[in-house]
Amino acid sequence: MSQVIDVRGLRKEFTVRVKAGRLRREKRVVTAVDGVDLRVERGEMLGYIGPNGAGKSTTLKMLTGVLMPSAGEVRVCGLRPVAERTRLALRIGVVFGQRSQLWWDLPLRDSFDLLRHVYRVPAAEHATRLRRCRDLLDLDEFLDTPVRQLSLGQRMRGELTAALLHGPEVLFLDEPTIGLDVVSKQAVRGFLAELGRASDTTLVLTTHDLADIERLCRRLVVIDHGRVVHDGSIAALHSRYGSRRLVVAELDTALPAPPTLPGAPLHRVEADGHRLVFALESAGVAEVVAGLAGLAALRDISIVEPDIEEVVARLYRSPAQV
Amino acid sequence: MGSVTATVAPPTGSNVTRWFRTFGAIVVAGFRRHATYRQAALAGVVTNTVFGFLRCYIFLAVAGTAGSVAGYDRAQLATFVWAGQGLLAVILLWGWTDLADRIRTGEIASDLLRPVHPVTSYLAADLGRAGFASLSRLLPPVLIGPLFFDVYLPRRWATVPLFALSVLVAVVLCFGCRFLVNATAYWLQDVRGAVILWTLCSGVLAGLYFPLRFLPGWLQLPLWYATPFPSLFQTPLDVLVERDPAPTQLGLVGLQVAWAVLILAACRLVQRRAERRLVVQGG
Repeated sequence: MSQVIDVRGLRKEFTVRVKAGRLRREKRVVTAVDGVDLRVERGEMLGYIGPNGAGKSTTLKMLTGVLMPSAGEVRVCGLRPVAERTRLALRIGVVFGQRSQLWWDLPLRDSFDLLRHVYRVPAAEHATRLRRCRDLLDLDEFLDTPVRQLSLGQRMRGELTAALLHGPEVLFLDEPTIGLDVVSKQAVRGFLAELGRASDTTLVLTTHDLADIERLCRRLVVIDHGRVVHDGSIAALHSRYGSRRLVVAELDTALPAPPTLPGAPLHRVEADGHRLVFALESAGVAEVVAGLAGLAALRDISIVEPDIEEVVARLYRSPAQV
Repeated sequence: MGSVTATVAPPTGSNVTRWFRTFGAIVVAGFRRHATYRQAALAGVVTNTVFGFLRCYIFLAVAGTAGSVAGYDRAQLATFVWAGQGLLAVILLWGWTDLADRIRTGEIASDLLRPVHPVTSYLAADLGRAGFASLSRLLPPVLIGPLFFDVYLPRRWATVPLFALSVLVAVVLCFGCRFLVNATAYWLQDVRGAVILWTLCSGVLAGLYFPLRFLPGWLQLPLWYATPFPSLFQTPLDVLVERDPAPTQLGLVGLQVAWAVLILAACRLVQRRAERRLVVQGG
């Protein structure tokens, strides 16, 4: 495995002018990205999340060469993104969920054909990639429709194809599922999961939809106020923040006193004592079920996985505690 | 999916050939993009034709009974007007804010992510647009004018290719000027002021409102040499109506080429500066 993204001490400052009197305006420096370090291996699928204004998109724009960093070192595919942007463009693919890289007035098919020439992809290679994308993303029904007439879901499938036709080593996705319905989201996620499984394409995904991350990424980087506040697996985030799996037991009759199970403290009692919720710490599910079966008649047992949205919401609210 | 993400194959053929192929593909796409707006083209033709009559009658009135003014006879004036009405949309002095709009909305980020320099890709797309306008907007006024007025047809064989070259260079030069006006959006966000200034200057100083030869001689020289405006519109039309002897015509087209090179270089410089201070807000 080799590193395809190497970022050290990345900073981006913007100067904004704020009103400071009737005519006077003062300059203020806003730090959007504040010393981000990031190394991504080839083939890795990385979720890059953070609240609005945290610096996610700014980081992505610096990694792709669109924005000039204020300080720090960046290498993507061994290239300096801003100085070698044109060369880098041949090796990366980018999808901005809120912008389009397709030509508004042209049918999707013509846009793809133009991209073949722009990226100088041999015709046979282009045809193979396009055929596979058509199969996996069901493009055929709207391939001859001008982009301006496509629905958001159709356009996003077109955008994904456009970003992949030149065979990029790294795919940057900035909120690719924003505004999509459930079916389109599933189609996009399924496609990206397949891409990750079947190739060594590195994928960097920013999103507000944590289901995207859970479905696709093993590694999660959380950024807030321009700084990385978590870098590791989703499981590591849960254990770091103390979020636990829950066992929900439905009882036929309520117990006179709350039961005590070793390694699984009682989390809460609901439905007048007919529903007990235990948090799994050192104990396993089987131990909890066995312990409960000895105490009361069980009607139903269910296991609730830790809610990543809840963990991340707590993280956004108080990153300093983590 | 394996082959979907294979890397780009090593290039075959020379770099120059591949560059021209890419450039040509963007030109063709530009043509096709504009070809989708046929009703707009028709509306434009009607407007150009109506104003053609208006301008032609005014200039012929200026020529008066003497039959000539500022070195143009009546037929030359009619050709100047009707060819000018057609060229207006080909050279496209006005009404292009695509780049400024993309800078303002942040869509420019997509242009920067392509392996083609933004000035090159916008130029190629503009040549495609001009190609479609040559068919849809240039031909109708050029064919309608002679039905109602006596027009001047070139008498020197070299005039036709020189006119074609002069129009091509004018398109490139005008693109460069429009690019620079639009690029002020990198600094100003709102380009309306710059566009109004450009509209005013290009209308008066390029020869659209009246042939620049109507101006006193002492004003013409600095206008031609110190500004790109006459090279945008006046020069191709002067070439077509053979206002000057052949060597002078050649010199004027040479001046056009020099301005085009200078302005395109300025576009690249401005683009490079702008990218260093670019702010793409939101998302």
